[in-house]
Amino acid sequence: MLGGIGAAVFWLLTEPRRLDEATIAGLGAGDAARGERIFWAGGCTSCHARPGAEGDTRLELAGGMKLKTPFGTFVPPNISPDPKDGIGNWSAGDFANAMMRGVAPDGSHLYPSLPYTSYARMNPADVADLYAFMKTLPTVAGSAPDHELSFPFNVRRGLGLWKLLFLSDQPVVALPADAPENVALGRYLVEGPGHCGECHTPRDLIGGTDKSRWLSGAVAAEGDGIVPNITSGEGGIDSWSESDIAAYLETGFTPDFDSVGGAMVEVQHNMAKLRAEDREAIAAYLKTVPAHPNGYPARTPPAG
Amino acid sequence: MRKLIFAISALALGVSASFADPQADREGLMKANGKAMGALSAYVKGEKPFDAADVLAQLTKLSDDAQKISDPALWPAGSNTGDSTASPKIWEDAAGFQAALDKFKADTASAVAAAPADVEALKVQMGAVGSNCASCHQAFRVKKG
Repeated sequence: MLGGIGAAVFWLLTEPRRLDEATIAGLGAGDAARGERIFWAGGCTSCHARPGAEGDTRLELAGGMKLKTPFGTFVPPNISPDPKDGIGNWSAGDFANAMMRGVAPDGSHLYPSLPYTSYARMNPADVADLYAFMKTLPTVAGSAPDHELSFPFNVRRGLGLWKLLFLSDQPVVALPADAPENVALGRYLVEGPGHCGECHTPRDLIGGTDKSRWLSGAVAAEGDGIVPNITSGEGGIDSWSESDIAAYLETGFTPDFDSVGGAMVEVQHNMAKLRAEDREAIAAYLKTVPAHPNGYPARTPPAG
Repeated sequence: MRKLIFAISALALGVSASFADPQADREGLMKANGKAMGALSAYVKGEKPFDAADVLAQLTKLSDDAQKISDPALWPAGSNTGDSTASPKIWEDAAGFQAALDKFKADTASAVAAAPADVEALKVQMGAVGSNCASCHQAFRVKKG
């Protein structure tokens, strides 16, 4: 009996929650030209292109990359406009529910390897524009393999509980009402489509980002190494000016002409395709986020 | 006699005499590369008036250092301990790493051979040379805390 109640409560709490009707109805047709900017801000191709794709093949969103994390291996799917293997048959509402609520068209939960915890903060009109742009991309046939996850992470329904804890459309950093317009734009780009916090913020044991250490750097979820602290705290980028940050996002060079590396190389290529004012806005926002010391543990000094 | 003992011990250790500390040496070369890129960038950004002689000197420096840095003796297997940010992929994908170094050598050499005469030409050359930094660091460097 108790088990039965527990199961019923679990079922209620874990129910996938879609966007409301009014939001879906308001999506409209979207504008592909405007959507291209959102596409680069979101970096869709960095995970959904074939591994190692370069040049124009980065626009063929066949999926298949393997993201090896402590929870298992996630494989981004085909999101090209192919009607069978991609998302060509999705409605704008299906797309918005996947992006902003992590709910698939069949009503099941998507894994947060698709960073809907960030995309939830996006403006629905931008999501509609993005979808219009993605429909202009090449159609690619073929499905990517499934995720390889072990129990309990392979129970999709359980993600409903995880979402109750971590899925919110509210901004992370509160800004005063009179905050400069470009800081607000930067917040939107960083916390929403850019999903910077997904890698630059440490995660707790069940994989949620720790907002009290927002953007303070983290142990890399995939592979070895760390993702740097991009706050002005110790170990961070206090010494970088706004124009240093904007220049880095455009050229890939740090103020002392070290270069971008690791997974950020892809991100920087995407950022370079934004408008100059977008990169400046990101820089302005990063200079206003609360300063934190490094969100990853200091390396153990060598013995002796 | 001392010279002989030194030579014998060097042989016995199997190390190249010119690289006592390969990690420090390659890091020094990387920093010098950054400095040269920084100097070139000042012209591109218009912070300094174009100086063809200095531009050629910086590109030559990059080309010389590219030769040095692609010496396998600078990358002995297992030299990614301590604070080294060298990725294990350098040795797992030795052919890919060598190809990246060879590309850097080729791109810097052709920049020297076709020395830019104005800022526009320099921009193109810097793009070609500079793309090597990110593409190699993407695969073969790991950031550490």
